[in-house]
Amino acid sequence: MEFLVITGVKLALILFIFMTALAYLQWVERKVIAHVQVRMGPSRVGPHGLLQPLADVIKLITKEGVLPPHVNKFYYLAAPFFAVFMALISISIIPFGTDLTIPAITLGGATYGPWKTMMELADVNVGVLLILAVSSLGVYGIALAGWSSNNKYALLGGLRSSAQMISYELPMSLAIAAPLLTAGSLSLRTIADTQTGFYFGVIPHWAIFQFPAPQIFSFIIFMIAAFAETNRIPFDLPEAENELVAGFHVEYSSMSFAAFFMAEYANMVTVCSVATILYLGGWQPLFPASLGSDLIAPLLLAGCGAICLYHGLHPARPFDRITLPVFAVVFFGLAGLMAFPPTIPILMPIFWFLAKLLFLLFLFVWIRATLPRFRYDQLMGFAWKFLFPVALLNLLITGFLVALAS
Amino acid sequence: MVLNMGPQHPSTHGVLRLLLELDGETLLKAVPDIGFLHTGIEKEFEVKTYQQGVTLTDRIDYLAPLSNNLVYCLAAEKLLGLEIPEHAQWMRVMLAELTRLNSHLVWLATHAIDIGAMSVFLYCFREREEILRIFEMFSGQRMMTSYFRIGGLALPAPRGWQKKVKDFIDIFPEKIDQYENLLTNNQIWIGRTKGVGYISLEDMLDLGVTGPMLRAAGLKIDARKDSPYSSYEKFDFEVPTRTENDVYARYLLRVEEMRQSTKIIRQALEGMPSGSHQADAPGVVLPDREKMKTQMESLIYHFKIVTEGFRVPEGEVYQAVESPRGEVGCYMVSDGTQKPFRVHWRGPSFGNLQCTGKLIEGTLIADVIAALGSMDFVLGDTDR
Repeated sequence: MEFLVITGVKLALILFIFMTALAYLQWVERKVIAHVQVRMGPSRVGPHGLLQPLADVIKLITKEGVLPPHVNKFYYLAAPFFAVFMALISISIIPFGTDLTIPAITLGGATYGPWKTMMELADVNVGVLLILAVSSLGVYGIALAGWSSNNKYALLGGLRSSAQMISYELPMSLAIAAPLLTAGSLSLRTIADTQTGFYFGVIPHWAIFQFPAPQIFSFIIFMIAAFAETNRIPFDLPEAENELVAGFHVEYSSMSFAAFFMAEYANMVTVCSVATILYLGGWQPLFPASLGSDLIAPLLLAGCGAICLYHGLHPARPFDRITLPVFAVVFFGLAGLMAFPPTIPILMPIFWFLAKLLFLLFLFVWIRATLPRFRYDQLMGFAWKFLFPVALLNLLITGFLVALAS
Repeated sequence: MVLNMGPQHPSTHGVLRLLLELDGETLLKAVPDIGFLHTGIEKEFEVKTYQQGVTLTDRIDYLAPLSNNLVYCLAAEKLLGLEIPEHAQWMRVMLAELTRLNSHLVWLATHAIDIGAMSVFLYCFREREEILRIFEMFSGQRMMTSYFRIGGLALPAPRGWQKKVKDFIDIFPEKIDQYENLLTNNQIWIGRTKGVGYISLEDMLDLGVTGPMLRAAGLKIDARKDSPYSSYEKFDFEVPTRTENDVYARYLLRVEEMRQSTKIIRQALEGMPSGSHQADAPGVVLPDREKMKTQMESLIYHFKIVTEGFRVPEGEVYQAVESPRGEVGCYMVSDGTQKPFRVHWRGPSFGNLQCTGKLIEGTLIADVIAALGSMDFVLGDTDR
């Protein structure tokens, strides 16, 4: 009973935060790309366009869902929800912090708790396998959407996507296998835990630096494959807007259209989380707490607050006088929370996890603003002729070094 | 599978329709279909007076309006036997080169976004905006300028134009470097463009291809050098050529052309001769406002030009100008009245589009986009 309640609460929390974060990820992407391209980005709805995701969601929900007459109805309607279901399911096994103890509460004489729980929905002992399996199933959403739309552009997009995602699955799995060898476990939590500690007291014990086989190449291959898995530029061939108009989702509108976007962003968050856990030490800080890693978060947030306050006092636009101080107060409040000793053990892992996750997500956005798109044959050649052998070689060398070290 | 690409497709740059016969992603046969933007401009010339016809030329190739103004005016001036003052000629050269930059920027922007490089698009449009502001300063219009008129320019150059143009050409070479930074050595860009869209030089000549496409195949043909007009012979510039004749070569060539155009604009700016902006031809050019109010003859000329236009001596003439897309030609026949008997337009885009099939057959869909982009056609110019 207790377990069910706690899980329910966690589920609601994670789902709520995650869905909001997905919508805001889009805002972040639009804003970052806009600034790269010397534009403003969303700026009309709310201060700095902060309410834009909300407006987008309302717009998409209230739009008429057009059901074209020539589609295969069942698969056409099922595909987007299949895609979004598969994308959301993997977030349930991503740990984003250490264990959490909720102190006991006394209510009417009876004491409840204390409860001890983990900052994730489920610690599956074959977590990595599950994520790989689920992300492979995600292809079905796109392939079925492309096929059932009964549209030539959509069909080409669906075909491209299935070929691409299956091809990139291989280097990705091989790349993942290497850190698994050093960690010796398939559970994401255990993998993250093996990366605790520091060499010489400074260099973190992360998989990309770890003795005996640093997984830096594995990390790069994983990230490249992740770009392909999530259909992002430079691998966004399935929805190459300039060739296939919109690819597999050309016939979709309203919420079923939004579902594909949600799936894409959810997949981005998932692969970045997996990369963070497998290679960047999960929630382990960049340098030890003895050197003041706990101070980074409050300082960073206080810095953001100070910048907001400064610009609020020297407003460039009339509304900045009101909005920016509000942001400043929020930032200062968060900074205070981060510096508050009882909350440090709970918030610090979350901060480090989010920091790494956001860095990787920023990488996705940054590359989208910079690179052109591959051609179909180049994409396949790249996966099979380059990434696959390199990943295989990396796995062999890692295995050899691990065997040597033990 | 037959895929109908266009007329509404983001990468067919207007309303080109392509019927692609596909085997998987490989293209077996391509049938281009044009005519969706036919506006009957050539016929319309015949019901407008000569001076009114200038405004139609803007609409033919809406990305290079001033080059089209220029060829029309030059043709009519040839029939009239007008001598254009040096100042107006240099001004025309400067603005025509700005037009070339304008057109090449739009080309680079759309070509890059077709291949997926989104930021280049906006960087190019940022600089294009500056050029459009200069056009607006000169003529009051951003795109449909109609600034060149038979007999000179529509208006005297505005105050402060030197500073505006100088500011632009001072920063522009850096901006070209910026685009090149993003594309020229980018492995994905090279992979997408190198060796794509090849066609032999003989085929190109047979099909009537001109301009940068031909120069990327190694043939040094440029009307500005071969048959100079509007005092182009007084400017020092190179006509870049390349020999690879693929999409990448066309890209490099056009980027180099932008640098050369900047050079010409700088020379025009620094050596701009003073003088009148219009020829001394009372029956053709509208008289000065002051004179019109004080002199009888001027008033009569003004009345006649405005109400019925001017008569052009009988004859026929062909004038070619190097537009950003290639040789744009105007064949004008006059029967001695105020309206042309016939104006035929040789649109460079029409000639360049002829090689579509040869360029893309046997390639992949993605190459079709790259090859189409490298042709730099404007459908208004193709269909007229």
